[in-house]
Amino acid sequence: MDPKTYKFDTLSLHAGYMPSKNAGSRQVPIYQTTSYMFDDVDHAAALFNLERGGHIYSRISNPTVQVLEERVAALEGGTAALATASGMSAIFLTIMTLCNAGDHVVVSSQLYGGTVNLFRLTLPKFGIKATFVKPRDTEGFKKAIQDNTKCIYGELVGNPGNELMNLPEISKIAHNAGIPVIIDSTYQTPYLFKPLEHGADFVVHSLTKWMAGHGSSMAGILVEGGKFDFMKTDKFPTMTEPYEGYHGLSFAEEFGPVAFTMKARAEGMRDMGPCLSPQNAWNVLQGIETLSVRMEKHCSNALKMVEYLSNHESVAWVSHASLKDNPDYELAKQLLPKGTGSMIAFGIKGGKEAGAAFIDNVKLASHLANVGDTRTLVIHPASATHSQMDEATLKLANMSHDMIRLSVGIEDIEDIINDFEDGFRAAKKPRLVANK
Amino acid sequence: MKFKVNNKEVFASTGGRPFDKSKPLIIFIHGSGLSHITWVLQTRYFAFHGYSVLAIDLPGHGYSEGPALESIEEQGKWISDVIDSMDMKEASLVGHSQGCLVVLECASQFPDKIRSIGLMGGAGAIPMNPELLELAENGDPKAVDLMMDWAHGPAGHFGGHPVPGLHHMNLGGSIVVNGSVKNALGVDFRACDNYKNGFEAAKKIKCPAINILGDRDRMCPVKAGKKLAENIENSEVEIIENCGHMILLEEAGQSLEILKKFIRKNHPA
Repeated sequence: MDPKTYKFDTLSLHAGYMPSKNAGSRQVPIYQTTSYMFDDVDHAAALFNLERGGHIYSRISNPTVQVLEERVAALEGGTAALATASGMSAIFLTIMTLCNAGDHVVVSSQLYGGTVNLFRLTLPKFGIKATFVKPRDTEGFKKAIQDNTKCIYGELVGNPGNELMNLPEISKIAHNAGIPVIIDSTYQTPYLFKPLEHGADFVVHSLTKWMAGHGSSMAGILVEGGKFDFMKTDKFPTMTEPYEGYHGLSFAEEFGPVAFTMKARAEGMRDMGPCLSPQNAWNVLQGIETLSVRMEKHCSNALKMVEYLSNHESVAWVSHASLKDNPDYELAKQLLPKGTGSMIAFGIKGGKEAGAAFIDNVKLASHLANVGDTRTLVIHPASATHSQMDEATLKLANMSHDMIRLSVGIEDIEDIINDFEDGFRAAKKPRLVANK
Repeated sequence: MKFKVNNKEVFASTGGRPFDKSKPLIIFIHGSGLSHITWVLQTRYFAFHGYSVLAIDLPGHGYSEGPALESIEEQGKWISDVIDSMDMKEASLVGHSQGCLVVLECASQFPDKIRSIGLMGGAGAIPMNPELLELAENGDPKAVDLMMDWAHGPAGHFGGHPVPGLHHMNLGGSIVVNGSVKNALGVDFRACDNYKNGFEAAKKIKCPAINILGDRDRMCPVKAGKKLAENIENSEVEIIENCGHMILLEEAGQSLEILKKFIRKNHPA
């Protein structure tokens, strides 16, 4: 006897939406509206006071966005989700919902550059300080926890160095300290990895990347796991004590496994307002419909590129957890059995100058500040995505000036390799490129 | 809020308002393995509209001290003790699933204390599938997955939670898993399976009753709910379309509207 609940590929297409409640429309309608009619004064008051569910204003929630939220919650195994205008706004919303001025967070040092700057420069302006720990330094996460620490934050596979956090072990450390773990799972998508099944309490995504795939729309999301019990600790009074903003509501007491999402929406979306447009939500939904088939191709192409790069005379080093000599190989086999993802970091012989020549001379691969597009993308992080980091922070992130970040697309692999050959040929002649 | 019943700590949600003895009391009783969380889309409304609300965690569930009570008869008596502990004379009771059996038992044992009863997804008997019962008693999380599958109608399986962003089955499952599959769900399922007094209890109930049923309910089907209603003297039936067993969440708005009308009429604030 087994439950007849829908599986991943089915949920990718159907979760969150019922045509029978939408005039029979097979495709999800785009509810391009700011606001929603109330039945009467009593109905309006009940909605505003969280006495009943429903939509008030599209900054707080929207029916098209709701489909996306339920779909991602279903795919991640979460109790609730809250979509935002971008991945960065999902991270900011999560931290601002969890932390107050005077709080501290422990953060992996290998993150998207924008996230590093959020923790390093922006959050301190609000009195929230961070300690950075190298992703492989599991014991370092434990040592960095202070009395006022409110969470551990990281990316399972760090951007751009591809180093893994030991999430199951780090989650045990966090939970022993009474704090949750937040994982940015943009690189993996729930197809490759579900952080909530390995100890994480909250997941954030830039849906802009592999989840959407098409590179047309910005979007982010916060997913709640429902297992972190704020009521069992006194560390989070804003979750457990009466909140003036909703007539003395205790979010944790009333909403339990969805309390964090309810607070993030009721307070965060109300006061900060990083809402996702229904058009972009719809665009992302189109991508999610094909998530499984795209990720399979991304991963198989990535393995071929790893092999190609590892054997190339112009490549100094390759970082990808699929490589047997990679320090994360065994952990990746355990956590990422369906594939280690399509992000590859490699060093080009000849350093920064050769890297610039390579990037300027590939034609199929796009040079831009994105990852997870269906098209192959390349960038030189030290001069672009991570250029606002100082030398010390670059070192902590284990980033070198010869590093090229590659997001492998789903084009024909021979075409990608041929394109790279052109790039490597040009990189051997940097002076000619410089004179071009 | 936390309070003591029979010298043990009990947790109940008061719907976001301080408990006020001067207001009429409604007690909400959750289903097997669940907790007060399931009632959030009913309790807050009544708490802000003239009632005192207690969405209780049964012993051994949610934040109430254990162990879980092993029979429906004990649980019915325990609800009466809750009323006494709050120094109240009477209450209306609203139950879901197993909570309906508890309501039947309490209202039949203590008729003077109960003003009206609301039954969501109720039946006079809830015999358990033997395999499901065994899984739950062994603490196997598969019991939760099966329960969530059977408990939810189309909305639960596809989506469309009344509260934007919430996921029906993962939310329901997490409430059970956050408690104890073995010591709460397993004990509850055994208590339901053992309980044979539902129809006799129903015949003794004289206060107004409403049976709110989901037409896609596979755990307590409409037929079973109607049979129970026929055994309660002063009973109404309301059937919600395209709704499974988790009526209080799947169709929170409709079930609230039905309850509002019923309780305002039979136990006015």
